[in-house]
Amino acid sequence: MAQTTTSWEKTGGTTAAVQTGRNGRFLIGGVLILVAIAFLIGYGTLNNAQYFITVDELLTRPELVGKTVRVSGAVIGDTISYEASTLTIRFTIVHIPAQTDNLALTLHEAVNNPAASRLNVVVENEPMPDLLQNEAQAILTGRLGEDGVFYADELLLKCPTRYEEALPEQVQEASAN
Amino acid sequence: MLAELGIITTAVALLLAWYAVLASVWGAQSGSERWVYSARNAALLTWPLLTTACAAMIISQVNGDFHIEYVWATTERSSDLFFKLTALWGGQAGSLLFWSWVLSTFSGAALLWNWRSERRLMPYVIAFTMGTLGFFLILNVIIENPFTRLWQYPNGQVETALFQPAGAMPAIPRDGRGLNPLLRHPGMVFHPPTLYLGYVGMVIPWAFAMAALASGELSTHWIRATRRWILVAWLFLSLGLILGGRWAYDVLGWGGYWGWDPVENAALLPWLTGTAFLHSVMIQEKRGMLKVWNMALIILTFLLVILGTFSTRSGIVSSVHSFAQSPIGPPMFAFLAISALLSIGLWLYRWQRGELAAEHHLESWLSRESLFILNNLLFVAITVAVFWGSYAPIFTELFTGEKITLGPPYFNSVTAPLFAALYVLMGIAPLSAWGRTSTKRLGSAMLIPLLLTAALVILLVVFGMRNWMAILAYALVGFAGFVTLYEIWRGVKARAQRESWLVAAYRLFGRNRRRYGGYVIHLGVVVIGLGVIGSTIFQQETQRTLAEGEALTLGRYTMVYDQLTRAVAADGRVMTIAEVEVYDGNQLVATLRPRQDFFPNTEGMNTMTIAGSYSTLESDFYVLLVAWEEISQAGATFKVYLNPLVNLVWWGGIILIVGIMVAAWPEPDRLRAVREMSTVGSGTTSLRV
Repeated sequence: MAQTTTSWEKTGGTTAAVQTGRNGRFLIGGVLILVAIAFLIGYGTLNNAQYFITVDELLTRPELVGKTVRVSGAVIGDTISYEASTLTIRFTIVHIPAQTDNLALTLHEAVNNPAASRLNVVVENEPMPDLLQNEAQAILTGRLGEDGVFYADELLLKCPTRYEEALPEQVQEASAN
Repeated sequence: MLAELGIITTAVALLLAWYAVLASVWGAQSGSERWVYSARNAALLTWPLLTTACAAMIISQVNGDFHIEYVWATTERSSDLFFKLTALWGGQAGSLLFWSWVLSTFSGAALLWNWRSERRLMPYVIAFTMGTLGFFLILNVIIENPFTRLWQYPNGQVETALFQPAGAMPAIPRDGRGLNPLLRHPGMVFHPPTLYLGYVGMVIPWAFAMAALASGELSTHWIRATRRWILVAWLFLSLGLILGGRWAYDVLGWGGYWGWDPVENAALLPWLTGTAFLHSVMIQEKRGMLKVWNMALIILTFLLVILGTFSTRSGIVSSVHSFAQSPIGPPMFAFLAISALLSIGLWLYRWQRGELAAEHHLESWLSRESLFILNNLLFVAITVAVFWGSYAPIFTELFTGEKITLGPPYFNSVTAPLFAALYVLMGIAPLSAWGRTSTKRLGSAMLIPLLLTAALVILLVVFGMRNWMAILAYALVGFAGFVTLYEIWRGVKARAQRESWLVAAYRLFGRNRRRYGGYVIHLGVVVIGLGVIGSTIFQQETQRTLAEGEALTLGRYTMVYDQLTRAVAADGRVMTIAEVEVYDGNQLVATLRPRQDFFPNTEGMNTMTIAGSYSTLESDFYVLLVAWEEISQAGATFKVYLNPLVNLVWWGGIILIVGIMVAAWPEPDRLRAVREMSTVGSGTTSLRV
C-alpha cells in the first residue's frame, strides 16, 4: 500500500486511494487527540468532584464525615463571630432545600424555623467577607469533622432577590398627579 | 411624561422588529424589493425609538423620578451624576433595555454598511437580527418593563404596574434605594457595556451566517461581511473580560482577577469559540476548507451568548454575581431552544445537500491548515471543559440525582495543559506554510526563537528559579513570544533595505493589517500569559494583626501600620481607612490606604473592601484591611498579597486591544474596491431565492 501511494504521488495525481489513506491517518490522529482531551476532562472531573448537598443530607449520611463536600445553607446573623487575630470566622447555618423558587423567602423562613437542622461552621485564614450576614446563602466547601463542626476551606455567599424585589416602605404622601 | 414615552417607544419598536422579520422573509420569498426595503426601514427605525427609550430612562434617573420603580431601585438623590448616568444597566430591566439598544445599533450599522455589498444576504440578515431583537423586546415590554411604576392604594399598600390601577394613586418615594454599593465603582461605567457590546456583537456574524444558510448564497460573501463584525465583537468581549478581571482585582478583595465563577465562564465561552472561528475562517478564505465547521462555530458562539445570558439571569448556576432570579428564565430558555433548532436545522440541511463541501483536503500534518485545525480542536476542548465545569451540577443532578460541583482546581488542572499546547501552536503555526511544510524548513525558521528560549531558561535558572513547572511554562510562552517578535523583525528587515526602519514598520503593518495585527494580538496574549504564570505560581500571602507602629514583611517589602482613620463620604458611606507605609528595604516607596466602606442606609450587601496596592511592573504589593479594634484603635488586621507580574495581565490586555484595532481597521484600497464593485453590481442584481 505504501509503495503504491508513493508511485501514484510521483505521477502528480491525487487519487481516491491516496485520499482515503491520508484521511485515515488524519482520522487516527484526530481520534487520539480527542481521547487525550476526554481523558484530561474525565480525570480532572474525578479528581475534583464534590458533592453539593444540603445540611440535612450531610447530617444524616455518616459516610460523608471527613469527605470534601459542598454544602449550602442560610446564615444566622446572630451567630457570626470573627476572631481577627487568627482570621477565624464562626457561624451557624440552617438547612434549606436544594430547590427553591424564591431564595430570599426560603432563607428567611429557614432562619426563623427553630425546628430546622443547624450546622456550626468554622472558616480559617479568611478575611471577613462583606456578604456574610443574616439570611445570606452560604455555599461552603470543606469537611464535616468528627466533632460535628464543618471546617470550610472556601466560602461563597449570596444575598439574593430581597435586594432587587423589595418595594419602598416609605412613600411620599400619594399625590393626585 | 417620560415613562409613557418609554413605554410607547419600546412597544412600537417591538412591533416594528416583528414586522421587519415578516416583511423581509416575505420579500425574499416572493422576490419583492419593496417588502425588503420596507423591512429595512422598519429595522432602522427601531434605533431612534430605542435611543429615545434609553434617553427617557437616563433623564428620569438623573432627575430622580422615583415614581418609576427602576429609577427608585438603582439611583438615589445623593448618587454622583456619573452613577446616575450609568444606572441604566444597574439592574435587570434596564440592562435588558440597554441590550436591545445595542443590538438595534449593531443591526442598523450592519444594514447600512453591508447593504450594497452583501445585497442577497440582507433580507435574511434583517430577519435574524430583528427576530433576536423582537425576542428581547418581548422581555422588555411584557415581562421586565423598566418603565413599571409604583402605585399606592388608599389602605397604604404599594404595588407596581405599568399603568395606573383603578383606585390607586401614584406613589413617589422620597428617595431612591440607590445602586448596590458593590457596583459603585468606575468599573461599572465600562465593564458592563463593553461586555454587552461583545455579547450582542456576536449576533451580527451569526445573522450573516444564518442568512447565508437560508439564502443558499454560501460563497465568500458572508465570510467577508462577518470577519469585521466578529472582530468588533471580539474586541469588546476581550475588553469586557479584561475590565471585569481588573474590577474584581480592585474591589472584591480576594487578591485575584479570575475565579472560574460560572458568570465569568459564561463570558469566556463565546470568546473561546469566537477565537477558534477567527483562526479557522482563514482556512476557508485561503483554501475553501472547513465550511461545515465554521458554520458550526458561529452557531455555537451565538448559542453560548444566549445560554450565558439565560444562565446568569435565571439563577440556575451559583455565582458570586448575585443577579436577581427573575421570570425571564423560561422565555429565554424557549428562545435558546428555538434558535438552536433553527440554526442547526438549516446547517444540517445545507450540509446534507453538499453545499458546504470542502474544495481542498488536508495534505500534510505539517501545514498551516492542519495546525489551525489543531488550534481549533484545543479551543473547542477548552470550551467543552469550561462548559462542563460550569454546568456539571445541573447535568449530574439530572442524571444521577446528586449534585456534583467542580471548583477552580478542576478548571486549572484541565485547562492549563490545553492552554500550554495553544502557546506551542502559536509558536509553530505562523512559521508553517499552506499546503505542506518540510520539517527541515520549519526547523530552520524556529532556530533563532528556540535559541532565545534556551537563553531565557538559562537566565531563569541562573537567577534562582527552581520551580520546573514555572520554567516550562515560561519557556512555552516565551517561545511563542520570540517567534512573533522574530516574524515581525523579519518583515520589517525585508522592507528596511529600501526605506528607514520606522517607515518600513509603519508600511508593513499598514499593508498587512490582518497578519501583523494578528501578531500584535499574539504578543498581547504572550504578555498576559507571562502575567498569569507569575501571579498564579508565585503569589505570596500572609496575614497579621498589627498594633500601631508594628510592621510585617512579605517578599522584599516591609509594611508599617500607622493609624486608623474614619471618614464619611458625600454619598453617606462610612469609610474606615488604615494608613500603612510600604518600605522596599529601608526606602519608603508608598503610603497605602486600604479601607472598608460601610453603607448604613443600604439593606443587604452594604460593605465593600477596597485594597491598597503598590504597583510596579515587577509585582503588586496588595493590602486588604480585614478587621480592626473599635475602641482602642490599637490593632488592625491585614491580609497582604505579593502578586508578581500581575500588571503584565493588564498590559497584555492593552496590547491585545491595540492588535485587534490594527487588524479590524478598514483597508482603504480594498474598501474602495468593494464599494465600486457593489455599486456596479447593485444595478443588475435581482433578488432571487
